Amino acid sequence: MSTILKVENATMQFGGVVAVDNLNLEVNEGEIVALIGPNGAGKTTAFNVITGVYQPTNGAVYFQGERIVENHPQGKLKKLYKGEHAGEYTRVLAPTPDHITKLGMARTFQNIRLWKSQTVFDNVLIAMHCRTHANFLAASFRFNRKEEREQRDRVARLLETVGLYDVRNELATSLPYGKQRRLEIARALATDPRLLLLDEPAAGMNPQETQELTAFIGEIRDSFHMTVFLIEHHMDLVMDISDRIYVLDFGKLIAQGTPEEIQNNKRVIDAYLGVAEDA
Amino acid sequence: MIGTQQSRKNSLTSLILVAVMLAAVVVLDQVIKPTDSMSMLLKVLQKGSIYALAAVSMNLLNGFTGLFSLGHAGFMLIGAYTYAIFTIPSEARDVVYQYYDAAIRISFPEVLGNALGPVGTLVGVVLAVIAAGLAAAVIAWLIGLPVLRLKSDYLAIATLGFAEVVRAVFQWGKLGPVTNGSNPLKSFVRINAFQLKLGGTTISLTTFVPVLLATVCIAFIVLLVNSTYGRSFKAIRDDEVAAEAMGINLARHKMLSFCVSSFFAGVAGAGMAMVLGIAQASNFKSAMTYEILLMVVLGGIGSISGSCIGAMLFIAASEWWLRGLDSGVFLGINAPGIFRNGFRLVVFSVIIMIVVLFFRKGIMGDRELPDLLKKRPGKGAAGK
Amino acid sequence: MDLMNTVLPYLLSGVSVGGQYALIAIGYTMVYGILRLINFAHGDVFMVAGLMMVYLSASMPLYLAAPLMVIFTVLLGFVIERVAYKPLRTAPRMSVMISAIGVSYLLQNLALYITGGLNKNYPAIPWISDQITVFGAPTKRVTLITPFLTVALVIVLVWLINHTKVGMAMRAVSRDFETAQLMGIRINNVISITFVIGSFLAAVGSMLYFSNYPGVVPTSGGMPGLKAFVAAVFGGIGSIPGAVVGAFIIGICENIIKGLDIILKSVGVLREPLELATFSDAFTFVLLIVILVFKPTGLFGEKTTDKV
Repeated sequence: MSTILKVENATMQFGGVVAVDNLNLEVNEGEIVALIGPNGAGKTTAFNVITGVYQPTNGAVYFQGERIVENHPQGKLKKLYKGEHAGEYTRVLAPTPDHITKLGMARTFQNIRLWKSQTVFDNVLIAMHCRTHANFLAASFRFNRKEEREQRDRVARLLETVGLYDVRNELATSLPYGKQRRLEIARALATDPRLLLLDEPAAGMNPQETQELTAFIGEIRDSFHMTVFLIEHHMDLVMDISDRIYVLDFGKLIAQGTPEEIQNNKRVIDAYLGVAEDA
Repeated sequence: MIGTQQSRKNSLTSLILVAVMLAAVVVLDQVIKPTDSMSMLLKVLQKGSIYALAAVSMNLLNGFTGLFSLGHAGFMLIGAYTYAIFTIPSEARDVVYQYYDAAIRISFPEVLGNALGPVGTLVGVVLAVIAAGLAAAVIAWLIGLPVLRLKSDYLAIATLGFAEVVRAVFQWGKLGPVTNGSNPLKSFVRINAFQLKLGGTTISLTTFVPVLLATVCIAFIVLLVNSTYGRSFKAIRDDEVAAEAMGINLARHKMLSFCVSSFFAGVAGAGMAMVLGIAQASNFKSAMTYEILLMVVLGGIGSISGSCIGAMLFIAASEWWLRGLDSGVFLGINAPGIFRNGFRLVVFSVIIMIVVLFFRKGIMGDRELPDLLKKRPGKGAAGK
Repeated sequence: MDLMNTVLPYLLSGVSVGGQYALIAIGYTMVYGILRLINFAHGDVFMVAGLMMVYLSASMPLYLAAPLMVIFTVLLGFVIERVAYKPLRTAPRMSVMISAIGVSYLLQNLALYITGGLNKNYPAIPWISDQITVFGAPTKRVTLITPFLTVALVIVLVWLINHTKVGMAMRAVSRDFETAQLMGIRINNVISITFVIGSFLAAVGSMLYFSNYPGVVPTSGGMPGLKAFVAAVFGGIGSIPGAVVGAFIIGICENIIKGLDIILKSVGVLREPLELATFSDAFTFVLLIVILVFKPTGLFGEKTTDKV
């Protein structure tokens, strides 16, 4: 089992505020790994660093063995940098998120970001655009009919797999909340990724929906041979489905291990699990 | 699959309708004489079709990609001048450039006409129009590099400013040998020149040519908007963070939209020169951009058929139907004190404000004509 | 010394027009700070103020016409906000901007209709429009008054914003619109006051500007308005001192460019005129593009990051 994602000494500092402090983590192929922590711990910031939305203040990210992101403190941050491993990173690799997606990493968002004017079908179809080979002239003159038909077939199959085929011509925003979340996941899958990053996929769901989602994520891992890295607050989902868990608090990694180890970790309990989480 | 059968049927219907429309225009061209009262209809069709192209190309950028740019007049200016410069016949050149030594001394229609006869002349005109579009697209590429990453309000002002810079450059005395400085360009190929000689009869194509030009270009834009690239533009408009996360390179796609939009703005500029018979920088002020924007709003941002309808209505109203408001008698009411010069535009501006405030979606909203005809009960219906 | 004499008249016009732009720019920057709206109609309000003065002074003495003009201008700004912007406050940003463009279009066409397209001559305000000489260069007294008046008004305004309850409300609204509402601030009043102040300054600015350039046409507001907005962006949108500094810089530079051919010729750099005056307007926009690319927050602006 190879390491598909490795975050190395990643620090994210906004001015004087350290949002992510020297984060090190690994995700192996085929695993489901969870990133948990109290609100404001820096989980989504970590996701944003991994997917290229933010450039880390310091550190590197490896995907499928290749270094894809690297940065070191520059300009004003040189003096402000409070973290470790300063000076270890010399290059600047700052790909835009679309570049990282094309490498095989796709994500969903904490606040659903579907394309409001488009149908369910088109939301997923648009996500396949990054795999289109035709240029805009060829596409306009319809020389790409075969490729377009193949993409549409794949979208139909994907929608059937996630159970959204019946509503494919509805406007994306007319779907109930739970189905919108599933649509976002289907859309991410349409970019043909190796690694799926889910940001709070169960947010706002009731216990029954959460159970369905848990089963759904397991199915994705099996039928798509997908690796899943997720942020989540719903502990039943996390403990049920994760192979391993990382725990963040105030931007720092305070624990890592299997669900059993985490449940019994005092530091984690102190920081987080003591609070009764209502679904 | 039912889907493709239906869409093939739709395409055929559209093609037939367009052909019928074009044939009707040719008929009108022969039947209506310049002295007829209905000659205004021809003028409206000529000007309206060019403005329709300008409006659709602006809608591509503002309505479909969500990039609020106000530089359209600048690109139309570039297109108008490029077309004019490359179609001035050599015998007229020194008369037009009376204060300068004309630097560009080639006329595409003339050169190709001498080589290949009337077909060559036609090809030459087409080449000049394409050159107009390309010139605008190249400048768009240059200006887009720094400007496209700006936030929407700043993009608007930056593009507005750029259009003013272009106007200043084209009026600059030192560029006189190319642009004729602050003097207009004339005597190039205008729409009156377009005729078809079959046997003994001459078929006038005066209105047909601008309408055909606009139709062909708008057809391409329709194809683009309905392609995978068009869908990406809409994704960028709706949520560009999500679009980027789904693998769409923002810089590349925004630039693509900007350059294609500007290409057709340039072509519209060439069309404008063709119709007016004159290319003058002072015609292409930011007021023109505002008018085109208002046409787009009138028709519905995000609707191509809306932009065409909006443009036609705008031109018909301001140049024809509301004329009476400027000359004392309107709808039978005689009030020369009120109905004098400029009242037409005032009434018109008020109508526009009413649309902007109370009918924000415009005439078509974001639907197209085929949607209306299908009596589509909104996009919420279950699919087939 | 000879160079000084050649440059001086342009410098003086620059300072003068810069102050006038500043008074307009403040209106833009205040409205943008609060509503995130580029009030395209602001320049045309400035033009209408000029026209109002022309017509009012034809039927009453100046000491009555001037204050009346100011009152009407303020009223106009207030009405425009209530009719054209308030209904669209929840609409997407493009809609409000389009509404502003629509108002600008309407005002210009209205002015065109009423004036019949003729150039209207601004009344000469005694004492302000008198000819004087400054360091040997002939100019009007308004050139001298403008910078001082502008700075005085700005000081009053900044004091208002920093030391009164109303000013605090304005600062709160420009920081966070929704939260300010939740905290009980009467948003409509704050916005109306902003437009009132902006229109008042535009009215004063118009008196100074048209005393300098006495021809009033419907398009008289277009260019100054645009340049004033660039000044606001250049200085840092939302910052009043920034807008003023930006306006003076633009005014001075654009006038120097107008005279650049002559200046360079007198220094011996140029033998033939390069006809650079055509670019005096365009310069402002080149400046805009440069600042937006290299320092989009402007000279005195603050940076904000967006959360994803």
